[in-house]
Amino acid sequence: MKQFIAFFALFLAPVPALAQQEAAAPPPAADAGIVLPPEDDDEGGLTGSVTDESAWQDLGIAIPAFATNANVATPANAQGTYELGRELARVITSDLRNNGLFRPVGPDALPRPEFAQINSPSWPTWRARSAEMLVHGYVQAGADGRLTVGCYLYDIQLQEQLEREGWVVEPEDWRRAAHKCSDLIYSRLSGESPFFDSKIAYIAESGPKDARIKRLAIMDSDGANHRFITNGRSTALTPRYSPDYKSLVYLSYINGNPRIYVYDIGTGQQRLVTQSNNPTFSPRWSPDGRSILYSMAVGGNTDIYRVSANGGQSTRLTNSPGLDVGGSYSPDGSRIVFESDRSGAQQCYVMDADGSNQRRISFFGGRCATPEWSPRGDQIAFTHVVGDLRVAVMSPSGRNMRHLTDGWQDEAPTWAPNGRIIQFFRTARNSGDASLWQVDLTGRNERRLPTPIGASDPSWGPVLP
Amino acid sequence: MRFPITAMTAASALALAACSSSPPEQLPPQPAPVQETPAPAPTPTPTGPVPGTNAHFMSQMQGRNVVYFDTDKFDIDADDAASLQAQAEWLMRFPDSQATIEGHCDERGTRDYNLALGERRANAAKNYLVGLGVDAGRLSTVSYGKERPVALGSDEASWARNRRAATIVID
Repeated sequence: MKQFIAFFALFLAPVPALAQQEAAAPPPAADAGIVLPPEDDDEGGLTGSVTDESAWQDLGIAIPAFATNANVATPANAQGTYELGRELARVITSDLRNNGLFRPVGPDALPRPEFAQINSPSWPTWRARSAEMLVHGYVQAGADGRLTVGCYLYDIQLQEQLEREGWVVEPEDWRRAAHKCSDLIYSRLSGESPFFDSKIAYIAESGPKDARIKRLAIMDSDGANHRFITNGRSTALTPRYSPDYKSLVYLSYINGNPRIYVYDIGTGQQRLVTQSNNPTFSPRWSPDGRSILYSMAVGGNTDIYRVSANGGQSTRLTNSPGLDVGGSYSPDGSRIVFESDRSGAQQCYVMDADGSNQRRISFFGGRCATPEWSPRGDQIAFTHVVGDLRVAVMSPSGRNMRHLTDGWQDEAPTWAPNGRIIQFFRTARNSGDASLWQVDLTGRNERRLPTPIGASDPSWGPVLP
Repeated sequence: MRFPITAMTAASALALAACSSSPPEQLPPQPAPVQETPAPAPTPTPTGPVPGTNAHFMSQMQGRNVVYFDTDKFDIDADDAASLQAQAEWLMRFPDSQATIEGHCDERGTRDYNLALGERRANAAKNYLVGLGVDAGRLSTVSYGKERPVALGSDEASWARNRRAATIVID
């Protein structure tokens, strides 16, 4: 996290210490905290034009292009901050469109407000179009090249400002400012926690079914800033972002056998999580990032172990003759949900973080696999195997099981940071082609995520600080 | 049941290949050629794989280097036992050889669990070979879970061929 400063102390509550320290520096603006566009009444009228009247019919949120005080060059956009303002609004529109709650209309269908109108919308213009919510924003390039992005949410009917916030970002982080604005709007209007400003690690797949190339890859929550981490010469599987996004833990066959490694994103170096001649797999971080759960097979029997993220001696947490696999911490770190076939088939179990008090929670028929505890703590997502594989959720006590998907093979759910959306991967019959999908907790609003090639094993990280 | 190696004919090789996952690329080696007269022509004649190599093992096993499992199971049934008996005999004939046993699963399970299940299957085969007298130190295991299918369909016949433990001699 570099040079990403939130101005409003009001919004700093969930932000870790690093960002708070940064924000403690004198804000660049006066007491209100926000950087306000200078008043400039020279021009009163709107510019731009409405290019798609039909889009107005369903307008819920109008997101016109962000204004700029002066069109200046920026590494963030080849055409300068003026065009960057349009791109910012496009990113926000895409974010909000893709979760089923809103009907956003983006900058390509809307008139563009002037800089001076950002904190003083032209109400008649927007009201006449029967929009309910209005997003305004601006982008300014500072002398040091950094960008200041302001985001304002208005209720058009009330003609009131609901939210405003601003951020200073490095030019390469401009999309993060858009995601922060999306999060601001989403949180205010839905009452849920934010999630757009987050990243996903996954496995990129290509090649035929019997010789699939599997590469570790990362991307933003909307698929942007995609990057391959491994070159595909050895199979990579099941990545997980560390809570601070500084490293990835994943499985690699790089030495010929399955072993889990911690990959440092900053240095590009990786190391074995534990030195052992036995296969290790299914790695998971603890919520504080200090320890890693992994599964290790000894003589064919698999148990779950915990090791410090810095290495050292492992602690064995399970000791059953069955296959004990995976593991996902409750958000407070006190409990772990995992799968075991000690009863004869895969079922989900909960234990205390020290391995004590193991008890089965899944009693609804079929098999329970890949349990993942919601970041909110109220649900456990898992793969329900009854012939087909489907994504389902249940309470931490194993009650109220319900399916969220009805595919032929949907597996490995991972939670959005706000615990309201789940990603998983779907495998196609015969071809084996895999793709990433997303569904909300109602089971509606299922959609495929764009990836450059095939994709599996998604792992959604927390909201960036 | 066992097929004495010396009795292996082209016909029986084909019959066995029908139920094997890797049909042999060539027939078993001919009896050792008699080198009494120099070859009149430099044309190289196929002499079969070098004894003790993986190619030799594969040609001798005729598909029996692989054992198959029921869904979510890892027990060794009678067919598996016959295959492992043949593997053990070969391995004891070449006591310097080392082998890896690959454990595999069909695609109808979750990834992590299949890694564990593949390891369990590879170990089941390994333990059986050890029980037949093969030194455990010569045998290693590796699980590929559902990552390396040999049959590419999404049907019961394909899945049955993919639930397997395959023994590979390390050259």
